[in-house]
Amino acid sequence: MVDVPYDARADAPPAEVPEVELYHPRSWWTQYVFSQDAKVIAIQYSLTASAIGLVALVLSWLMRLQLGFPGTFSFIDASQYLQFITMHGMIMVIYLLTALFLGGFGNYLIPLMVGARDMVFPYVNMLSYWIYLLAVLVLASTFFVPGGPTGAGWTLYPPQAVLSGTPGQDWGIVLMLVSLILFIIGFTMGGLNYVVTVLQARTRGMTLMRMPLTVWGIFTATVMALLAFPALFVASVMMLFDRLLGTSFFMPALVEMGQQMKYGGGSPILFQHLFWFFGHPEVYIVALPAFGIVSDLISTHARKNIFGYRMMVWAIVGIGALSFVVWAHHMYVSGMHPKFGFFFATTTLIIAIPTAIKVYNWVLTLWRGDIHLTVPMLFALGFIITFVNGGLTGLFLGNVVVDVPLSDTMFVVAHFHMVMGVAPIMVVLGAIYHWYPKVTGRMLDDWMGKFHFWVTFLGAYLIFFPMHYIGLLGVPRRYHDIGEAAFIPSSTHTLNAFITVMALIVGFAQMVFLFNLVWSLFKGRPSGGNPWRATTLEWQTPETPPGHGNWGKELPVVYRWAYDYSVPGAAQDFIPQNQPRATPAVQGAAP
Amino acid sequence: MAVALILLLVAVGSVLFHIYSPWWWTPIATNWSYIDHTISITFWITGAVFFAVIAFMAYCVFRFHHKEGRRAAYNPENKKLEWWLTIGTAVGVGAMLAPGLFVWHQFVTVPADATEIEVMGQQWQWSFRLPGKDGRMGTTNVRNISPENPMGLNRDDPNGQDDVVIESGDLHLPIGKPVKVLLRSLDVLHNFYVPEFRAKMDMVPGMVTYFWMTPIRTGTFDVLCAELCGVAHAQMRAKVIVQEEGEYHAWLETQKTFAELSGRNAVTKATYKSGGK
Repeated sequence: MVDVPYDARADAPPAEVPEVELYHPRSWWTQYVFSQDAKVIAIQYSLTASAIGLVALVLSWLMRLQLGFPGTFSFIDASQYLQFITMHGMIMVIYLLTALFLGGFGNYLIPLMVGARDMVFPYVNMLSYWIYLLAVLVLASTFFVPGGPTGAGWTLYPPQAVLSGTPGQDWGIVLMLVSLILFIIGFTMGGLNYVVTVLQARTRGMTLMRMPLTVWGIFTATVMALLAFPALFVASVMMLFDRLLGTSFFMPALVEMGQQMKYGGGSPILFQHLFWFFGHPEVYIVALPAFGIVSDLISTHARKNIFGYRMMVWAIVGIGALSFVVWAHHMYVSGMHPKFGFFFATTTLIIAIPTAIKVYNWVLTLWRGDIHLTVPMLFALGFIITFVNGGLTGLFLGNVVVDVPLSDTMFVVAHFHMVMGVAPIMVVLGAIYHWYPKVTGRMLDDWMGKFHFWVTFLGAYLIFFPMHYIGLLGVPRRYHDIGEAAFIPSSTHTLNAFITVMALIVGFAQMVFLFNLVWSLFKGRPSGGNPWRATTLEWQTPETPPGHGNWGKELPVVYRWAYDYSVPGAAQDFIPQNQPRATPAVQGAAP
Repeated sequence: MAVALILLLVAVGSVLFHIYSPWWWTPIATNWSYIDHTISITFWITGAVFFAVIAFMAYCVFRFHHKEGRRAAYNPENKKLEWWLTIGTAVGVGAMLAPGLFVWHQFVTVPADATEIEVMGQQWQWSFRLPGKDGRMGTTNVRNISPENPMGLNRDDPNGQDDVVIESGDLHLPIGKPVKVLLRSLDVLHNFYVPEFRAKMDMVPGMVTYFWMTPIRTGTFDVLCAELCGVAHAQMRAKVIVQEEGEYHAWLETQKTFAELSGRNAVTKATYKSGGK
């Protein structure tokens, strides 16, 4: 038991800002389309991200068909394969996961969980979504322009990305860079909102150390994104200049297909530093919201306070800070100065320590809990397994000399899909099952949910776990066809075919999920306001779904932390954050 | 309890797959068995942690899943336990990092007696260059590149005249001699990748990168490109043939030097100096 002395003033310190005036919608258009309500914006973000995410899912099937059965599908050639992997990666990392966690979950949950009426700058928040939508449309348009989308790989490494040996050199790469620039502009508007709202608009009593870990995760990830995305912004602008104006930021003197080019003096490695200065924090921009959300899922569905809350907060903040000094572990074999390897391997392995603490605290929360195996809890368990697996293989790739044989092989593909593909998606799905009742007032169907979980979790594990061993064998990534190589046994092709079949099955399970989302909207069991009997504020709203302004006449006042589950002596196994303490003298709960 | 059992099966199945997997690293052909040892250490430590965490989780699900009347314990923190876990993790991380950095130090310290050779990548083929009798390679410049001088050697550099230039052929190496492989690219990033060598490095236009190794067994090995370099990335292949020293020298004798290939004489030199090609 943590021993924190009771402080009467800490129960309800003064609100930090007076009540904001909200722009109430006057028509259908301003209510559902050009809405300034963070909850509507959240749904717009989520639907847009999911739509473009489905495109990326279909691309992954096409890639897997080619890898599993090379030469069978005449409509997939080497160029298209490269275009598929590029668009799949870029969409999944940025346009789906980043947008969904921050724009989707961030918008919906931050104001509700900290007891605010809305984001602090609702109009800017609306602009953020519309610019994001524009970025998505520009990205999607590359499928229809001459030459198609760029096939430079999602890392867009120059000089290759802007030269003619790569598909999409005409329009694809230009529009990709424009789309990224737009995304960053849009994100910055939203991101400023999330940060300021958390810092300035918390309700009375919601101290920082009483915030649910979901808010901590999204908040820290947003701060990181605001610091990391400018590096990508700069890199994108410079590469656009190299491509359109013939500048040489990243282009050295070179000979392309026998022709001397006019470039000279630029540095391809500079781009890689800029890209990964963004790209590595990006991994945690996706992971930290997932860490936060899964903590709350586990705590709620195990009816137990999250173990080691303060350590969890400091681990989130520590991981966020450390993640800015590990970026060059993506570049061990890039040709950068070899001495960098010592520094970046050390920082990278140090980051494993706070990350491991989080894992321990999740499983220790289960210990002596009252574990309800609901669909959100199942997804949380699936997350722990896939995240532990993917995190541990990160120790291979982070340890510089071990990375040398494994880099650029399928081991890397398996690793990052497990750790930042499957694991965060497990959290996204678990979170949708968890919060869908608050958004719609209805429960998602349980049977379809369990089917969806088991097929997705076991299927994804069977896809990516064996894939590590293809990489250990030495098969490089980004090969549309491995072709003839003496070191590759024929059994590898069988395994590749198996992985492809599993990928199609997992894809099918997502269709069941989509059906569930639509079906339950009309036919789902009414949920009531707090179906999971959870403590956090979003479950205590006067209406479900919450109306504009969230709280009716009066803002809630917070008296306790977010994790008062199964408090000894309490009548119920949860005490909402806004329930006053019976008598101030009783040491009922941690802060 | 089905859920707990499935979770446990995932952990057990992963370990069994690891043990019986027919897909494993290729038999090593260089001195970098240290790297394989470091990977083995990492497998042992991470494997133990993976199994312990998942098995513990499965046990929790088995033992503490909801039953009528069960109530969870209330214990927000346990400072002692948290510190022990932190220290234990730090020790495990150190046990992987220390050998890793030790081997990395060897990896980046090129022995003084290593022979320099050069590999050049371009879309989508490999070229190789070996020093001639003088044991030194001539300087190059990408601006010198032309159909007659595909590797861009400086025609005026005396060190380069006896360099052995192999365009779109295979690379031969003698067994047991350390080599420093200098890596160059004409156009985009490439990566000289021979799985059996373990070592690999990107080739970056505008700079020269390197790694070193000592071949320890003879044989013919596939060269692949490991850094995406455009449409024909997957077809950018060559072979490295590691031979006994005698065979190697016999092969070397049959190769053409830069001077022979470029048909260097006073006329071409004069043309070059006056700015022609």
